[in-house]
Formats: sequence, structure tokens, C-alpha cells
Amino acid sequence: MDFDFSDDQKFLKDEARKFLDGRCGPAVVRGVLDHADRAFDKDLWAAVAEQGWLGACIPEAYNGLGLGRVELCAIAEELGRAVAPIPFASTVYVLAEGIMAFGSEAQKSAVLPRIAAGELIGCLATSEGPGVITASSLTTRVENGKLTGVKIPVTDGDVADMALVLASEGGKPALFLVDLKADGVSRETLKSLDPTRSVAKLTFDGVAAERVGEAGQGLETVQAILDRAAVLLAFEQLGGADKCLEMAKDYALGRYAFGRVIAGYQAIKHKLADMYVKNEVARSNAYYGAWALNVDAPELPIAASAARIAASDAFWFASKESIQVHGGMGFTWDVDCHLYYRRSRQLSLVAGAPRVWKERLVSQLEQKNAA
Amino acid sequence: MDFNDSPEEAAYREKARAWLAENAAAHRAQFGELKPNTPEHMAAAKAWQATKAAAGYACITWPAAIGGGGGTPIQSVIFGQEEGKAGLGYGYFTIGLGMCVPTVMAFSNTETKQRFVSPAVKGEEIWCQLFSEPAGGSDVAALRTRAVKDGDEWVINGQKVWTTGAHYCDYGILLTRTDPDVPKHKGLTMFWIDMKDAAVECRPIHQMSGGREFNEVYFTDLRVKDSQRLGEVGDGWKVALVTLMNERLAVGGSSGPNYREIMSLARELTGSTGPAIKDNAFREKLADWYVQSEGLKFTRFRTMTALSRGQTPGPESSIGKIIAANQMQELANTAVEMEDQYGILVDPDQAPAEAAFQQSLMWAPGLRIAGGTDEILKNIIAERVLGLPGDVRVDKDVAFKDMPTGR
Repeated sequence: MDFDFSDDQKFLKDEARKFLDGRCGPAVVRGVLDHADRAFDKDLWAAVAEQGWLGACIPEAYNGLGLGRVELCAIAEELGRAVAPIPFASTVYVLAEGIMAFGSEAQKSAVLPRIAAGELIGCLATSEGPGVITASSLTTRVENGKLTGVKIPVTDGDVADMALVLASEGGKPALFLVDLKADGVSRETLKSLDPTRSVAKLTFDGVAAERVGEAGQGLETVQAILDRAAVLLAFEQLGGADKCLEMAKDYALGRYAFGRVIAGYQAIKHKLADMYVKNEVARSNAYYGAWALNVDAPELPIAASAARIAASDAFWFASKESIQVHGGMGFTWDVDCHLYYRRSRQLSLVAGAPRVWKERLVSQLEQKNAA
Repeated sequence: MDFNDSPEEAAYREKARAWLAENAAAHRAQFGELKPNTPEHMAAAKAWQATKAAAGYACITWPAAIGGGGGTPIQSVIFGQEEGKAGLGYGYFTIGLGMCVPTVMAFSNTETKQRFVSPAVKGEEIWCQLFSEPAGGSDVAALRTRAVKDGDEWVINGQKVWTTGAHYCDYGILLTRTDPDVPKHKGLTMFWIDMKDAAVECRPIHQMSGGREFNEVYFTDLRVKDSQRLGEVGDGWKVALVTLMNERLAVGGSSGPNYREIMSLARELTGSTGPAIKDNAFREKLADWYVQSEGLKFTRFRTMTALSRGQTPGPESSIGKIIAANQMQELANTAVEMEDQYGILVDPDQAPAEAAFQQSLMWAPGLRIAGGTDEILKNIIAERVLGLPGDVRVDKDVAFKDMPTGR
């Protein structure tokens, strides 16, 4: 049994934490939060590229480091803990992983080395309005290789160089790789619950689009990409949830009320114990997801769903109850609690809300039982 | 990150499997299928324990010199897994070997150890733990059972409660109050006692679940020798902590129907808008239970990983019972409500799944209390894992006899 990070992976994780402590403190996060014109922190992005993290799992043939997915999970956990204000998930978990899994050789050669070098930001454009996207609700379409339609919201859409876009072609959904610098693309930056991560509306008017994956298999392709992303996002959520517990604990140990530290009151102790329980359930499920992702196991859809559900629940609970423990201070702009509360919403919504994943999990369990 | 045994672990597992294949079959051939909590079942359990002890598979982590297997914690886990797969988990010895005998080993003289350890390992004698009282459950140090010195003996009077297996146990470790004039933790002393003494009376507790697995134990002028004392006079709390350290591990797992069983049930039943399995509210709950159950399973894997690496496991296993007990209650209730009007039936011949959900529903309240209530376990996580301060102890400096008791 070897169900934990290895010593080398722990070392990588420790180094990542030290790096982010130095380069991604609250001032950096707030620099993006407080400036509507900043979509992300460019210095941090450049430094992360310098570290090789953008190409961590990209094969060496495409100028990446060729590390395993468990290593990327370790990095993701630390990025989540630091609420890093950079388009890492869109670029690495979605575009790089998506192209590695479904891209043609030409697409891999065009995209992966540029991602590894920090020259290319990616994004995923599926949503067109409130509610879940389905084959029948999809209005964006590709005809004769040209994409037309509106995608809203698209995380990092205002700064991305390339997008993976879900659109129908010949009446059936497919996934397309689109150069956002091309003619016919217009972008509008939108306001977000989490201003430390940017969102945009993308309008396509006859933009050149190249299919990624099989024709007619767009929903399946997107789902397979999201399964991979869900595991990595779960580690970001876990990192955030752990940080919330730490912040709440530290605050409770220093705050006096009624003549003693509030950390001694059972109402607070039990709340923090509840956070701990949820975080450990999330960690164990995330580890299973990491294993499944790393070896591309057939269990990945179930493992990813469970990881996402547990991590979404843990981060939401920890972020809201951390504010509660901080009392009135927790409700101020100046205390960092809301950074995590906002990010917990961003991470839970960006790849499909937990309800959707619960349904996915149960239908997978049904199929497994039927088999 | 993987689930594979190391080469040494794989070799041990192979050896254990081969041994089990041979001996489990022989055991079954001799005893057949038996109903738990019957004398025949107990006889089979004792025979199996003796077979394991002879082969070094009982108390695997204890030195061979005292009857153990001289093995490692991970070997113990591996054998437990294989024994479980072979369907041979007898629970009668868990508390004695997990909690009581280690306490005896830690606090008694060589003669006592020689007398008791080996028979316990072989399953010849079974031990129980006599701590909880009507006036001291979560606050066990508030116990009232009194031991008074009389020459070279102690005379004991009082009552214990929730003693697992007292009626079939041979010996027990008993926590008593020897000095009521000092604060509660300081006036306690531990003894080992003979459960078959005429001054010891066991009365089964009629539980709300209908069963009678636990006991009240009464002591009326029970006389024990001073040589039966474990630890110093007044040091009973320190001794008890050694016992309790192992309790959460011993109580850990839970039985009863889980997400798989309720999924099977939902497939067969009709809900208000179609098949019960298609009800969205149910599907969301099912997903949550799956995530919790798997979370606990993988948390055990993390604990095993630490053992496998020769490290001390982290505190993560402390989440197990809180989750398992609460899930058991919620899952059982959802199943019973899914059965709708029929859910009220408890006859195994009539209720779906042989009334497993109804039984689980009535057992769950006990599981949320036994071996540390939800509330005490959360205190433990808060204090020992997160390092938060202990509660304000208003009775810390008060002599036991002056403590408010509410009656």
C-alpha cells in the first residue's frame, strides 16, 4: 500500500508552498481583486512558467518536464491554498490536458510547447446561459470550419490565446480549438463573484475552428476533459479548505470573549472538528482521483466525481464557517476570509456544479452495477 | 501512489492466504454456520483463536515470547483483511486483547502477566472493560464504584454499565474510586477482577434496539487482593488512559447496510415520480454517502500507507466513527421512508432486505454514543488533532465528594 505523496512529491509540494508564500501572498491576490483592469497577476504567471509548472505534465518532446499527474496534483493543492490569481487551471488542467488527451499531432506541436514556455493561455468555452448545457440547448455552431455563436461565461476568456469551444457541427456537438487572436472574435470582460479569476463573454463571427477529438462526440470529449480537470481542481479546493481551517483555528486561538479564548468553546471546537472531518474525506477522495488520473484508470469518471463532490463540499463548508468563526471581522473586505469564500464558489462552478457531478457519479455507479 | 503491497507485504499476504485457505475450511467443516451470541458460536470462536495463536496469527504485533506473532502493524492489518475475506471475524476477543490485556501487561508483575497473557491470546479466557457507570459516561472519571482497603484486601461496592460481554467474560479490569476526598481524577485505582466471583452480578441491558448485547454489572462486597491492583493507588486515571488509547481503534468499523444496499432497494421500489432510484433527491444523498464511505475506505488506506512505511499513522483515522455512525442513521431512515407505509414493518420475513434498514435505524443511536459520543470525538479532534484548549473544568480542584451531582 502506497497511498500518499512520495517523499519526492512531498518535497516538490513543500518547495511549491515556499515559492507561493514568497510570490503569491495576500497582497498579490488583492492586487487582482482590487483592480478591475487586472485579469491576473502577470509577474506570478511568468514566475510560475519559470518554475516549469505550466509544462509539468507535458512530455519532454514538447518541451515540458514530463512529470506525473500526482506531481501536478501536489502543485494544484498549493495553488489553491494560495488562491493564486492566474489562469493556471484553464491553461494546464483544461487546454494542455485536453490537447494531450484528444489533440492531433499537429495540435500538440502547435499548443503544448507554447504552454510550457508560458506563451499561451487557454480557456474552455461551453456555457451559453444559465443552467446546464446539453446537445439540444447548444446554439453555437461550426459550418465549413467557421465558428459562430456566443459563449458566456468563459473563465479567462478575456486573456486567453486559444479556446476549446463546444459547438454543434452538422447538428451534433463537437469540440473545437480556436485561436482567439483571429478575426471575428470579440470579447467582453464580465464581473465575477471571484474577481481574482477573470471571466468574459466571447462572441464568434465566422472564426476558423479546428476540431479536437471525434465528430459528434463533443459532450463526451468535454466530459473526459472535465474528469481530468475535476481531480486537479479538487486539489485546489482541498488546499483552500485546509487554509480556511488554519485561519479559523489561528483566529480562534487568539480571540478572547467572555474572559477566555473562543477556541475553548465547544461551539467553535466542534465547528472546527467538522471542518477537519470534511477536509479529510476530501483529501482521501482526492488521492484516489490522483491515482486514477495518473494511471488513466477506467475508474477515473467515478474517482473524479467523488473527488469533486467531496472537495466542493469541504471548501464551501470551511470557507463559510471560517467567516463565522472570525465574526464581524470575517465580513470585512480587509480580512482574507472572503477571498476563499469567493474562490470556493469559482472552483465549484467552473467545471460544472456539484449537483451535476452527483448525478454523474450515481449514473456511473448504476452502469457499474448493471455491468 | 498505488494500492499494491510491497514485495514483503505481498509475500506475507500470500502466506496468510494459504494458511487461511487450509485452516478456515477445516474450521468451517468442524463448526458449520452458527448463530452469533450462542454458546456454540463462542466455542467456535475460541477454537479459531487457539488455531490462530498456534500459528502466530493471534496478536500478530506482540512478541512471540508471550504468545504473539512477533510481526508488524501492517502484517496485522493484512491478516485482518484476509481473515475478513475468509468470513472469519469473531468479535469476542477484540476488547480484551485490544484494550484490557495490554493494560494488564503494562501495569502488573511478571507472575500476573505469565498467568493471564497466554490464555487470553489463545482465546481460553476473555476479558471485559468495567469503566462506564450510570453517573459517569463521557465523564468517566466521575465514577462512583467504591473500593475500600481492608487489610491486604479491597472491598468493592457499586455498579458499572454498558459492559460489552460481561456475561461471558472470565476477567475484567475495573476502575474504582479509592479516595473521595481528592479531585475526581486523583482518587481512582484500577484492579483486575474475576468475573465469576459470586459478588459480581451481571444483568443484561434491554436496549432500545431490542437486543441485549451489553450489561450492567453490580458489585456487592466484592473482595479483591491488593496484588490485583494495576498501577499505584490513586493512579487509576493514568492506567485508564492506556486502556482508552486503543478504544477508538477497537470500536472503529460499523456493520449494517451501506450505499450499495440502499441502491439495490431503490432499484426495486416505486417513488412518487417513478422508480425510487430515479428520484433526484435520493440520488444526491446516494452520491454523498458514496463519497463518505469511499472517503473512509481511502482514509484507512492512508493509515495503512503510514504503517507500511514504518511511520506512525496520522490523526485522520479519528474521523471514522463520527461519519460511519451518522451515515448509518441517515441512510437507514432514508431507506425506511423509501419503503413508505411498509417501512414500519420490522419482521425480517416481511420487511425488504430482511429488515436490515429497520435494524440499522434502531442500532444507530447506540453507535453514535458507544466508544466516545459524537460530541466527545469532536472534542478529541479539536483538542488532540487541532490543538485547541480543553474545556473549562469547574470540578478540577473540587474534592469528589463535594462535586455537584444533580441528585
